[in-house]
Amino acid sequence: MENNNTLFTIAVFAENHVGLLNQLSIIFTRRCLNIESVSASQCSIPGVHKTTMTCYSDRATMEKVIKIIEKRIDVLKAFLYTDDEIVYQEVALYKVPTARLLDEENLEEIIRRHNARILEISRDNTIIEKTGHFDETQALFEELKHYDIRQFVRSGRVAITKSPQELVDKFLAEQEDRRRRIEN
Amino acid sequence: MSEKISGAEILIRGLIAEGVDRVFGYPGGAIIPVYDKLYDYTDSITHVLTRHEQGAIHAAQGYARVSGRTGVVIVTSGPAATNVITGLSDAMMDSTPLVVITGQVFSSLLGSDAFQETDVVGITQPITKWAYQIRRAEDIEEALAKAFHIANTGRPGPVVLDFAKNAQNDLTEWRPYHKCNFIRSYIPSPDIHEADLRRVADLINAAKRPMILSGHGVMISGAEEALRQLAEKANIPVASTLLGLSTMPSGHPLYKGMLGMHGNIDPNFNTNRADLIVAIGMRFDDRVTGETSGYAPQAKIVHIDIDASEFDKNIRTDATIHGDARKALEGLLPMVREAEHSAWLDSFDIANGVEQKEVIADAIGGSDPMAPPHMGEVALKVSLAAGADPVLVTDVGQNQMLSARYFRYSAPRSIITSGGLGTMGFGLPAAIGAKMAAPHRNVCYFAGDGGFQMTMQELGTIMQYGTAVKMIVLNNDYLGNVRQWQAMFYSNRFSQTPMINPDFNTIANAYGIANESVQHRCDLDGAIRRMIEHPGAFLLNVRIDERDMVFPMTPNGAAVDHIIINEENDIFSMPENGK
Repeated sequence: MENNNTLFTIAVFAENHVGLLNQLSIIFTRRCLNIESVSASQCSIPGVHKTTMTCYSDRATMEKVIKIIEKRIDVLKAFLYTDDEIVYQEVALYKVPTARLLDEENLEEIIRRHNARILEISRDNTIIEKTGHFDETQALFEELKHYDIRQFVRSGRVAITKSPQELVDKFLAEQEDRRRRIEN
Repeated sequence: MSEKISGAEILIRGLIAEGVDRVFGYPGGAIIPVYDKLYDYTDSITHVLTRHEQGAIHAAQGYARVSGRTGVVIVTSGPAATNVITGLSDAMMDSTPLVVITGQVFSSLLGSDAFQETDVVGITQPITKWAYQIRRAEDIEEALAKAFHIANTGRPGPVVLDFAKNAQNDLTEWRPYHKCNFIRSYIPSPDIHEADLRRVADLINAAKRPMILSGHGVMISGAEEALRQLAEKANIPVASTLLGLSTMPSGHPLYKGMLGMHGNIDPNFNTNRADLIVAIGMRFDDRVTGETSGYAPQAKIVHIDIDASEFDKNIRTDATIHGDARKALEGLLPMVREAEHSAWLDSFDIANGVEQKEVIADAIGGSDPMAPPHMGEVALKVSLAAGADPVLVTDVGQNQMLSARYFRYSAPRSIITSGGLGTMGFGLPAAIGAKMAAPHRNVCYFAGDGGFQMTMQELGTIMQYGTAVKMIVLNNDYLGNVRQWQAMFYSNRFSQTPMINPDFNTIANAYGIANESVQHRCDLDGAIRRMIEHPGAFLLNVRIDERDMVFPMTPNGAAVDHIIINEENDIFSMPENGK
């Protein structure tokens, strides 16, 4: 359900230029909107970078933000989603003392139950990885808390739409038509 | 193998290829290589040396706005770059095409707190259309071409090129310059959809009480003629925003005056009686709308703009046309039917009759020949004396509102004023740039004593280049606009608004600028005549009574039809026969 405090996912397709992230973040800063998470990577189209951000706000505000983002010269296209429109994941890493892992029998059971995996074991520490939605990585955190989590980190959200291809494809195809028209 | 030249020379040749023949600037350490090359190209490019970098950018703004050409500014790094920040922000708010070239330290020193280093791209990104750092000589041509394309297409705006000194010095091949006309991530002027035009035309054809709001975008797109034809064909009254003044001549029967806090009563009041508002190239600024919840309650809102982010930003729309204003109006013209709205138009005239009697008569005249003249009186008289198609350049404050209200506009691009940012000190350098772009028009600059002193050093630029600007200082020894608010809303507590001023005539004399002062109404006409007849720059120092205020006024937080008409706080009401 959407309300004034809905978590929105913003996907921005842009040229991979120096200062792009600053151009995006200042749009949120100016409106006193907090970016909850951010991740950036190449997308399936060569040279196009995709930045995925999440932000709690209301739809009217976020729609204005999307239009301002699209106004930036280096931005190709920006999209706004609620959770039901996308497939998304986050990765969390947990560092717990190996000794506790060996001592506590049900720790293994917890890892199995959460479908987490162990990335590295040293004499002192064990690093556990869990991929999932926020509530899933948070649930594991709550359980592991009792076993002395020494470090914890959660990545920004990555998201893919339920549509068949990158939504920026259409924009790029139209722009290619425009370029041909201008050149002829 | 083609010739190798320095990055600085590539920049100069690129500017020439872009058609630039005049730049405004101020040299300094990190831009010396460019100035050195400029020395070889003085036949092609005239450089105007202002007395402060803020003056350079405001002059470029005045130049750009009166001509429609891109204003070019060249300054050095660090403090010079930060001195142009106000102008960048102003140009961003008022959609002014600028290319601002700032020197930067050697790229090997970036981030080291080198002498006169500042993070120009980081600082300017929020207030520019595009900001880019050039670190290699081979990147200059493409960056410059993109900068000019971005600055003066779509919704115009300022672009910053931060030019590292090593890139200025390095030698690289000169290739024939290619202007940019396409950027993959940028659509300057979208195609207008036929269905959008049809929808808007249907709304116009169905409207009983339609009204057009004409903004700066009409001027930028050159839509003045299309606007006039549309208004005449469908018999629609036109009001303009502050920056849209002169999109229609003051004397046109369908032109109904200025919108906003100190605008004319008839268009402001009738905004809330209209059944259709067609807003063209304007952005529903809070000074225009008043309290948005009480704005145009009976009207469907049509918004025509090239910037989609303006739609539904402040006022909800019922229909939009996304694209160039001129193309939109030319598309609408054959679709709208001839109509007559005589009763509706009469109601404007009736409201205007009240304004003429209650406000304007006093603002533009007075019976006491020994009293100081009113500000509106000076503005009207100057505009009538200033020959064909004079240009008004204002500072900010009472001088701005009253000169904008009472100046008479005969041709487009006749007002240069800081509308969005409201930058005191904007006027004098902007007038210099405007005069240089329009040497055959009389450029009349109005300022208060406060704003004049913010950039008064540019009198030196006027002296050096003999720029024939007519300067009218409305001098009341107060920061008059703040004083007015203190008088109306803060119990006459004149906190930090009185000013002890120097003798501006003596200052003008020091710069060799002709000048006069006027203390009494009876001396005004003669002084204005001598100012206009004088071939060069002229400063007219006019004594103003500090108690003079700007009316009408829609106070902050009130609906647009809540209009105070005098110092007694009387509120406008429509006469009985105006219904």
